[in-house]
Amino acid sequence: MPYLPIPLPLPYPESEGFWEGCRRHELTIQACEDCGAYCHPPSPLCPACRSWKRGWSRVSGRGTVAGFTIVTRAIFPGMPVPYNIVRVELQEQQGLCLLGNLIDCPPETIEIGMPVTVVFEDVEPYITMYYFRRTEPDNSGET
Amino acid sequence: MPNIKDKTCIVGIGWTKFGSMKRPLPESQYTLACRAIMAAIDDAGLRPRDIDGIMRFSFDSNDPIRIADSLGLNLRFFGKTMYGGGGGCACVAQAAAAVNAGLATHVVAFRALSQSQEVAFGHFASLFAEKFSERKGVPGPIGWAIPFGLMSPAQGAALTASRHFHLYGTTSDHLANIALAERRHANRNPDAFFYDRPMTRDDYMNSPMISTPLHLYDCCQESDGACAVIVTSTERAKDLKQQPVYIMAAAQAGMWYPNHALILDKIPEIVQDETWQLAEALYGMSGITPSDVDVAEIYDHFTIHVLCALESFGFCKRGEGGPFTEGGRLEWPDGDLPLNTSGGHLSEAYIHGLNLIVDGVRQLRGTAPAQVRDAEIVLCASGNAVPTSGIILRR
Repeated sequence: MPYLPIPLPLPYPESEGFWEGCRRHELTIQACEDCGAYCHPPSPLCPACRSWKRGWSRVSGRGTVAGFTIVTRAIFPGMPVPYNIVRVELQEQQGLCLLGNLIDCPPETIEIGMPVTVVFEDVEPYITMYYFRRTEPDNSGET
Repeated sequence: MPNIKDKTCIVGIGWTKFGSMKRPLPESQYTLACRAIMAAIDDAGLRPRDIDGIMRFSFDSNDPIRIADSLGLNLRFFGKTMYGGGGGCACVAQAAAAVNAGLATHVVAFRALSQSQEVAFGHFASLFAEKFSERKGVPGPIGWAIPFGLMSPAQGAALTASRHFHLYGTTSDHLANIALAERRHANRNPDAFFYDRPMTRDDYMNSPMISTPLHLYDCCQESDGACAVIVTSTERAKDLKQQPVYIMAAAQAGMWYPNHALILDKIPEIVQDETWQLAEALYGMSGITPSDVDVAEIYDHFTIHVLCALESFGFCKRGEGGPFTEGGRLEWPDGDLPLNTSGGHLSEAYIHGLNLIVDGVRQLRGTAPAQVRDAEIVLCASGNAVPTSGIILRR
């Protein structure tokens, strides 16, 4: 099988705001204009209060590793192994998670609870990808 | 609430040979489906024209009417359940509901798979590779996962496993206990793919790492084969050839929040609400408790999900699934809770949970390859980490 480019996300109506944020290099999460709850993946109405008033809110981009794996068996010819997949819980809301990759991080140093921050890479004119990088714990006291 | 406790029975079971990617079966899904259904009809002592209802899995590529034409079924009820392996027991549940409602008399639920000829589930992302590049992107919810290389169910299960290991001190040794128990059961079952291949703890530990912390032997097989079961009313069952196996309870369960744990899992704690909810429904309808279960047939796409299900079904407390696997507890013949006694998806074949139900029925008839003495109650659970389903059977 020939080497293939890694598939990129295709924005859909509910997710446009997220990817527009990425193009500005801002992590932007759908947020309810009534109760303020964040929601990811985006939803037509708020799963917390059922409000239809959807908005977008820039978040800190900081979070912690909630789960991870080092993929050692190649599944897709565009993804040479080993590589990592992390589930990052954003600091803004319990259970608010994004999947991603940790860049510039040796596999053996990845651990659950590790603080990370978002980084962006413009890969195509229409899509900017987000990844995560290890960071120091956030001691600013903000949540 | 009215329910269907003991109102229907499983009266026929059928299965084919099982193959795999390395030892594929030459026959198509269509032929395999016909074989398994015909075997179940014969087992029940029925004629094909007695079968008036059919239940299929959402991922099954067989058109039921083609099967009906080939076998001469006389269909007036058709149904399909959602969420792949999560919907296995739901096929039986909906068959039971249809019979109880008078929509059909004898309903067959089947699953045929030819992963060697069609879709190999472990490589599902590759199948869409061309489509992705044409459209310059991955549409819909999987677009949040595939671009980061989450392209196989094993990788999603690995994320859950890492979390369980971290929160509760679970280890690969615990997961190995599940894989080893099932392999020992398969070694008693001549139909099992791994019948003649014993496995040691070293074999498990030395098997290739697929996606940390999951080894090859934490993962189900990619199989060829088919299974079928026939459901009818308790009244009708008394006139048929086989000892009836009563459906004490049947239920489906979703999640309290839109959530595909295999891919996205928004909840970092391992709560598996869908199995928790399922357990409540099944125990509620049947009136039994976990200690009444003699044999557990729990969907084993990955060992970690069995461990989580053991917790959710209340065989042990949340987080204690690891230690619960110790001391041969899951092993025939002396364990308290023999698990997947035909070898399960790990070591018999991956027929999307229907082979687990077939084995559960055999246990209650007293004809299982690893027969548990005096087995009276069997719990069958379908795939978790997706909307799921389950049934409780008794003799």
